[in-house]
Amino acid sequence: MAFESLASRLQSAFDKLRGRGKIDEQAVNEAMREVRLALLEADVNFKVVKDFVARVKERAIGQEVLKSLTPGQMVIKVVNEELTELMGGNVAKIAVAAKPPTVVMMVGLQGAGKTTTTGKLAKYLQKQNRKPLLVAGDIYRPAAIKQLQVLGEQVKAPVFTLGDQVSPVEIARQAIEHAKENHLDYVLIDTAGRLHIDEVLMDELKQVRDVAKPDEILLVVDAMTGQDAVNVAESFNQQLELTGVILTKLDGDTRGGAALSVKAVTGQPIKFAGMGEKLDSLEPFHPDRMASRILGMGDVLSLIEKAQEAVDTEKAKEMERQMRQGEFTFDMFLDSMQQMRKLGPLEDILGMMPGMNKMKDLKVDEKQLGRVEAIVKSMTLTERANPDLLNASRRKRIAAGSGTSVQEVNRFIKQFEEMKKMMKQFTGMADKMQKKSKKKGFGLPFMGKSAGNLPLKERGPGFPFNFKPPFK
Amino acid sequence: MSFFKKLRDAIVQKSEAVTQKFTQGLTKTRDVLVGKVEELIRRYKKIDEDFFEELEEILIGADVGVTTVMELIDELRDEVRKRKIEEAADLQPILSEKLVALLQGGGSERDTSLNIHPGQLNVILFVGVNGVGKTTTIGKMAHMLKQQGNKVLLAAGDTFRAAAIEQLEVWGGRVGVDVIKHQQGADPAAVIYDAVQAAKSRGVDVLLCDTAGRLQNKVNLMEELAKVYRVLQREIPGAPHEVLLVLDATTGQNAMSQAKTFGQSAGVTGIVLTKLDGTAKGGIVIAIRNELNLPVKYVGLGEKMDDLQPFDPEQFVHALFAGVMDDEAKTGE
Repeated sequence: MAFESLASRLQSAFDKLRGRGKIDEQAVNEAMREVRLALLEADVNFKVVKDFVARVKERAIGQEVLKSLTPGQMVIKVVNEELTELMGGNVAKIAVAAKPPTVVMMVGLQGAGKTTTTGKLAKYLQKQNRKPLLVAGDIYRPAAIKQLQVLGEQVKAPVFTLGDQVSPVEIARQAIEHAKENHLDYVLIDTAGRLHIDEVLMDELKQVRDVAKPDEILLVVDAMTGQDAVNVAESFNQQLELTGVILTKLDGDTRGGAALSVKAVTGQPIKFAGMGEKLDSLEPFHPDRMASRILGMGDVLSLIEKAQEAVDTEKAKEMERQMRQGEFTFDMFLDSMQQMRKLGPLEDILGMMPGMNKMKDLKVDEKQLGRVEAIVKSMTLTERANPDLLNASRRKRIAAGSGTSVQEVNRFIKQFEEMKKMMKQFTGMADKMQKKSKKKGFGLPFMGKSAGNLPLKERGPGFPFNFKPPFK
Repeated sequence: MSFFKKLRDAIVQKSEAVTQKFTQGLTKTRDVLVGKVEELIRRYKKIDEDFFEELEEILIGADVGVTTVMELIDELRDEVRKRKIEEAADLQPILSEKLVALLQGGGSERDTSLNIHPGQLNVILFVGVNGVGKTTTIGKMAHMLKQQGNKVLLAAGDTFRAAAIEQLEVWGGRVGVDVIKHQQGADPAAVIYDAVQAAKSRGVDVLLCDTAGRLQNKVNLMEELAKVYRVLQREIPGAPHEVLLVLDATTGQNAMSQAKTFGQSAGVTGIVLTKLDGTAKGGIVIAIRNELNLPVKYVGLGEKMDDLQPFDPEQFVHALFAGVMDDEAKTGE
């Protein structure tokens, strides 16, 4: 069940038609079938897909695609644009009440991640110098209150609870009072997970809403949800009038088509995305990037952003200059490795790269990186600058110094030499590519459509992709 | 004897209560899948391209899975051509039969019961992504096994999520079985090790091991699971006797990826499908049986303690096609 990316699917659809000379409506239809399948495979609801495909088709049959020299890529462009628009353009922010406290209600199915997300949201608000109060409104699930208390402890935010014998409505009412008295400016109400067809429990939520008068009602949705996402979102929205959505578990390998379905039926923006197990892994949601992800094009923008945060631009520029002159030393290697590691776990980074999500077998051993670092650090400065110096006795010393074996040192040095060779080729190739892409308007083929539009250059050349870590 | 009649006779032998649970729990799936197919057939009369396209959408809408649906539709097209079928109504029995065949997946002879034997320590390991209902399923299964007269012990192997240990303890209290635990943040393999020792010395029949939810693309966390597996293997010959992957029935296509990855790194032997009641889309059962070589062993059909039921393909099919069967039975008589 290989998830082919939409980009490659479209490419092959058009390749088949190349011999015919002219691209006609039938070709577009064929391409639309691929679009449809790709979206369905990504769990976008079939009704949403249907509308979407109809809209894209209309545009695609128009002149701009048929006259283009690269219709395949044009179609992808149109799809991406429409998708981004459907996802709702801009990054949405969390509400702020005119008169504090701002009340936020978290609702959703069981196991979507409401309690965890409540904790993460508290942490997010704290970073913006807000003082959130966590309210334990899930009185049904065993130990849900305890879970929120532990989370509160971890983020150092107060937790309001009245135990599991008081109704959630009463808990919400008292919690808001409590927040006012203690000058806390956000009240985050956790609620029990419930099926959207469970009338009794949905009624309870309405009562909580009537008492708490929340400024935000956020639906927490598991990014892996299938076709049913539409029904869930629709009925929560109808009964509670949602103001936004939080998508959780987006750090998995799901394509997250549910995002599109939920947005399409509620019309409410997706405000945050849960991106990991740690409490600071709640991130503002970027609709355009999600569009790329659903299409299987990787999340290049997030990667660039991360890199910008972590990379020392000056250093990187200097390194790039040296590299262009064919220089590559152990010091440079160490630098770029350290910068790369600042970005976070390597697997996460690779996951964001287009094309990389196919490389499932790629395992990154972080410990191995640590050993490599030790080896380099056990070299003298002269050795680092001049790898040729490394004779047998020096290697022995390095192995002893780094707590590794001579074999390991040898293997690493060999890898390093290969890397150096590759680097030379790569820098040469990158130059050529740049010239070429200016002419054609589209970038590296594996980057799909987005590469052409990405302001990679403006964002600085400090992207430390110029080395290959020693994968095992 | 017609296919449905045979099935109906088989169902009659089974307990009324269980049948009812399946029928109730699957109401939604039946409405989505079977109801819509019937409506489609009524509306279309003649078979054409649009008919197939809509059929495709109905099946995909029930999360049957794109690959499986495409195969199914292709087969149907073939049948239509071969048998020169024109009326949509004539296609219905063929479709139903094909769906049933998919559900039984050539594995109808495969046992869906748990691989546990009396007179020895049996270990069941529960794995799955976050929020699918592992802990709840363990609670329900502990209840079920205890009812059957087994001595049960629980191991609180989810040392990561806040209050997961407490959650399992609450279940332990409800059901009346002991829980072996460490603190949050402890090494899960160590908890499991202790639980095995305790199980051995207390003469336990079944040890149920909880683990933290983990997304299947996190290599390190999957390694952690592999370690737990190795500990069990080393401590008890033949253990773990079952590794049950808990899947949320609301999950879409990602369920396949979960089943595959967990299958590889944790040696999954069967699937527990939770939250199949209410909103759920039973379609994923079809996809799993068709695309993966894993039996669905148990299904969660509600929130109560005894709502965990052994998966029975016949019951499942019966619940889904109850309406169709009655119609056919009538015309057959």
